[in-house]
Amino acid sequence: MAGAAPGGGASRSEVYRGSGPRLLLPAWIFIGVFLLLPVILMAVYSFLTKEFRGGVIWEFTFAAYDQFFLNRGLFGDEPPTIEWTYLGIFWRSIWQAGLATFFCLLIGFPTAWYVATRPVSTRSVWLFLITIPYWVNLLIRTVSMKFLLRDTGPLNEFLMWTGVIAEPLSLINTNFAVQVGLFYSYLPFMVLPIYAAVERYDFALSEAAADLYCDSWTTLRLVILPAVKPGIVAGCILVFVPSLGAFLAPDLLGGAKTFMIGSLIEEQFKGAAGNWPFGAAAAMILLTVVMGVLLIHARAQMREDG
Amino acid sequence: MKTLLTTSALALTLATAAAAEGELKIYHWFEYIPQELLDKFAEEYDVTVTMDTFDSNEALLATLKAGKLGEYDVAVPGDYMVKIMADEGMLDTFTPDEMPNFDNIEDQWVDVEFDPGRKSTIPYQWGSTSFSVNTEAYDGPLDSLSLIFEPPEELKGKINVLDTSGETLTLASLYAGIPQCTSDREQLKALNALVQGAKPAWASFGSDVAKDVLVSGDAAAGMIWSGFSAKARAEGAPIEYVFPKEGMIVWMDNVALLKDAPNRDNALKFMNFLLEPENAAAVTNYAQYTAGVEGVAEFLEPEVANSPESNPPADAKGVFVQACPEEVQVLYDAIWTNLKK
Repeated sequence: MAGAAPGGGASRSEVYRGSGPRLLLPAWIFIGVFLLLPVILMAVYSFLTKEFRGGVIWEFTFAAYDQFFLNRGLFGDEPPTIEWTYLGIFWRSIWQAGLATFFCLLIGFPTAWYVATRPVSTRSVWLFLITIPYWVNLLIRTVSMKFLLRDTGPLNEFLMWTGVIAEPLSLINTNFAVQVGLFYSYLPFMVLPIYAAVERYDFALSEAAADLYCDSWTTLRLVILPAVKPGIVAGCILVFVPSLGAFLAPDLLGGAKTFMIGSLIEEQFKGAAGNWPFGAAAAMILLTVVMGVLLIHARAQMREDG
Repeated sequence: MKTLLTTSALALTLATAAAAEGELKIYHWFEYIPQELLDKFAEEYDVTVTMDTFDSNEALLATLKAGKLGEYDVAVPGDYMVKIMADEGMLDTFTPDEMPNFDNIEDQWVDVEFDPGRKSTIPYQWGSTSFSVNTEAYDGPLDSLSLIFEPPEELKGKINVLDTSGETLTLASLYAGIPQCTSDREQLKALNALVQGAKPAWASFGSDVAKDVLVSGDAAAGMIWSGFSAKARAEGAPIEYVFPKEGMIVWMDNVALLKDAPNRDNALKFMNFLLEPENAAAVTNYAQYTAGVEGVAEFLEPEVANSPESNPPADAKGVFVQACPEEVQVLYDAIWTNLKK
């Protein structure tokens, strides 16, 4: 907000004094219209009664949440037990997204480190090269990955040509293919924030650590990682969150054999029965989980920073 | 500078106004009408044509329900979806005298169950849903849905099924001899067990990729629509379309006049245009299904007219997909979710 800047032109702060709320208005409108309103709408819909084949009836009910958490059997007349179907789908999506985040970090950190330690003149070239594939639409990139991985694709053809394998490897329609797709889609979201953090890192600290007989592993663990942690955390969030809702990779590379959170929600709006409140409820639960994780992290961060 | 901008903006407005008398907005299946035919209509009637596409009847319904009714003039729902949309009050009606070519509709397609007397729709194309098998991968007899639901060793792990519960569960029901829209517990349990048992042998679920997986060889067998199979063959897939002894799905897609169509006149002109034998034949030549219009034969390309997909043997059995009541549909949805969980 427009507090008086210490030592800096009193007249300027004079001009802006009290106008803070007004200057924030565009941001508030933006957040209100594009974030709060849709979320509130979604929350309201999740408590409405479903109309057959899509749509809602304006009667309040917990039916959508009941369906998500309680299993009453195929015919709905058994005593309720915990419903694992949707929790399982959520867990699978979280696991996939977590794995993709892990691999992105594994490759992204050294990559970012390498780029950030190049001379200033060549850094921008490296960054440029990393972003080039992302000029192409995500769908096109995912489909090309499908071409690469299929039984008659270049990868299998090459391996068979070299004689490493006799039969094509079944790569397409597997979790491996989904992982490759997610990794490829979101890697730069990991590289760029870490790069920004490493670039600001003061390498004198590494030298100091070496002077104090720190081996390189201990230096990495005790000096470098804490210093670039904000970049790593930002990268992990930027990869994890979109991976969680990803549906292109699971559909095109995984063969759509199992629902992911994204496709489960889509099915509620496009499927045969159309259950909008349930789709809204699933989206609300996902939102709550993600918000919860981020809040816990923010809390921990604040405690750490004192 | 400002003047220049104003002038060109004005010129642009005038140019657009001069380009077309009106508009037509179509909501259609993907890859189902040749662009040349749309261009021909646009030119003949001086109309700007825009088209969006969907990939399942349910997606069409969902979009219209989500507030798009009143934006499109015509849509192309399948048979059972016509009934559902009519029940939901989403269709407008017309009279035969508003459409000079109405008499071109083949007699068998006028008094259909889903739109008796054709008050809101005209036939677009009809065909079947079954499956095709790569004959290089499997050389056994091609006569049964067992190839999909209890597949032989050669096909295991190489099967694509359509990613819509309606089609896949209906074919499964045909194989198991279970009536559609059943609420009988034992039958539903049997259906559930059948698809659960078959799933490990399935490589993928996909509708819009149904042709590509057969052409590329990713799948050695795949559920597919008849015309899509013919196109896959034309693109080099060594496949044969199967008319299973247990039966297959027969469907008809229809051009429907939507309620609150912003350009009702143009919509009727377009429907009338599609009833011209030459234009109906252009769609058939492209999509490789069968038109429900008289007089198309002379305009058809021989390979389309004679394709095995469009010429089922005399004893082939087909059923229309039924629209189930809510309390039954939720059971089928549960089976589907259970299958993909």
